[in-house]
Amino acid sequence: MQWLEKQRNIIDFTLSSLLRRKTKNIALMIVYTLVVFVLASVMFFAEAIKKEASIILRGSPEIIVQRLVAGRQELAPVGYIEGIKKIRGVQSVSGRLWGYYFEPVAGANFTLMVPEDGSEKGQIEVGKGILRSMRASEGDILSLKSYTGDWVVLKIKGALSSESELVSSDLILTSEEDFRNVFGISKEYFTDITLHVRNSRELATIAQKIKDLYPDTRPIVRDDILRTYDSIFNWRSGLLLVIMAGAGLAFIIFAWDKASGLSAEEKKEIGILKAIGWETSDVILMKFWEGTAISLSSFLAGIILAYFHVFFTSSTLFEPVLKGWSVLYPKFRLTPFIDEAQVMTLFFLTVLPYTVATIVPSWRAASVDPDSVMR
Amino acid sequence: MIELSDIRKVFNCGKPNEFTAVDGVTLSVDSRKITVLKGPSGSGKTTLLGLIGCMARPTSGRIHLTGRLTQGVTFSVEGTTAEVTSLPERFLTEIRRRAFGFIFQQFNLIKGITVLENVMLPAYPIGEGFKPLRERASRILSDLNLSGKLFAKVEWLSGGEAQRVGIARALINDPTVIIADEPTAHLDTKLSGEFMGIVERLKGDGKTVIIASHDPIVFDSPIIDRVVEMRDGRLSGGYQRR
Repeated sequence: MQWLEKQRNIIDFTLSSLLRRKTKNIALMIVYTLVVFVLASVMFFAEAIKKEASIILRGSPEIIVQRLVAGRQELAPVGYIEGIKKIRGVQSVSGRLWGYYFEPVAGANFTLMVPEDGSEKGQIEVGKGILRSMRASEGDILSLKSYTGDWVVLKIKGALSSESELVSSDLILTSEEDFRNVFGISKEYFTDITLHVRNSRELATIAQKIKDLYPDTRPIVRDDILRTYDSIFNWRSGLLLVIMAGAGLAFIIFAWDKASGLSAEEKKEIGILKAIGWETSDVILMKFWEGTAISLSSFLAGIILAYFHVFFTSSTLFEPVLKGWSVLYPKFRLTPFIDEAQVMTLFFLTVLPYTVATIVPSWRAASVDPDSVMR
Repeated sequence: MIELSDIRKVFNCGKPNEFTAVDGVTLSVDSRKITVLKGPSGSGKTTLLGLIGCMARPTSGRIHLTGRLTQGVTFSVEGTTAEVTSLPERFLTEIRRRAFGFIFQQFNLIKGITVLENVMLPAYPIGEGFKPLRERASRILSDLNLSGKLFAKVEWLSGGEAQRVGIARALINDPTVIIADEPTAHLDTKLSGEFMGIVERLKGDGKTVIIASHDPIVFDSPIIDRVVEMRDGRLSGGYQRR
């Protein structure tokens, strides 16, 4: 009880102490919050996008077969489907039709796709990102310019709902006929070929067999896609983190200077406290609470701001760096996802060093003889 | 009673700027009396006060506290006498907090916080409940005619008021000994007279008061029991008034 009262009294004094140096402390908290905000934004973004990727991959086929000509992806002939079907262990094979359509009004790339179960001619289902960027709603007409320059008129049947907006935001599901009309792809070809296998342990063998059968193809196994996603976003967030390391370093210098450079007034106050009966440990306790109050509140503020920034404003500030090509993507909202371990790491990298930085110089100042205030 | 035997305090020991502030002082300070350390600037009064009040340790010599002063001291005690010079900092602080109240020449109040908070500060580390502590602080302040200033910031106070706040702060832990260093240095004659009135009341309440001063209003005051004269860090004379 006595211990609790002591903490309460000292915290009380600490808070009124902080208020006395309002400007200095507010400036420090703003910088501190900013650093946490940027670091946490990058972290949240990278984690959420990886999570999105895993959601996408859950429904993705086990192997995608692309045809390559001169190292670039080309359309795959229908005949390949029949050939692949004959490979032992292959459960089902189907041709996929998908492509990108640049919409100048929205200034964004839309993904046109023909769903596996087909779609009615002249009608489309679209992602929410498209509705937002085209200011359209159900029942409206969306015209796409075909490869000949003619307009293909399509009616919006409904909006797509999905747990991941990254998957559905820019998506237009069309009928096969409309798709072929827009892009001028003959019935002999598909964009790529997808297949499911009976035993997932045979994926590598089947991929090899496809490659042997059609040497101009590139079979992509699901794990490869996962690795690509990982490396793209890790690389991007790594890049940003390197830039941020500079800001982080500046913050450390700033914090160290603020914390270690006790002003003459602060030193005198510590002397007074010691003279009126505070122990060195009491002074350190006070400085500990002071450091904790500043760093913890800045940390929480930074984390909350980052959460809003990433999950509610689509990381507006870092969009060009983090998303890369996808700045041409209609705006999408990431599904909130937080990795506790990373938040803890950030906590230990920001709150702890600052608190220590406040304690050490105070300990030095507090270990002087209290009679210094009398001299 | 406080007994000092052959006390020496050297600053910057072994360095070119070595300086002996107190040199071989042997002195007994009686309980419940007012003792004045009188002497010019640099005579070692303030340093000696700091040593008596357990604010610093002497370079050599011994300081013994006896009677009520040793209440709660569990270390270095023989009978009712405690030798304090060899105590670790923690125990020294505890004695300082429990037994001594300090009134400083510059008042040494903490700016930016209220009068009430300043007075309560010495009691914070003890862990006393906030409410009784606040009530006690208010009572002491009102005894010193400061009841209207409880929530005023200390920088708004006049010199006399600031000093009374300093006195209230010295009294918050109900110490046995009050130590005052040049308490009238920043006060005019009227306020100095008022201060001596407060000191008389403190003596009446059973406090031992030790004042370092070279102000005649203090050492010529009829309430003083004993004057100890100092010069160049040594005792140079003195007289018993009562």
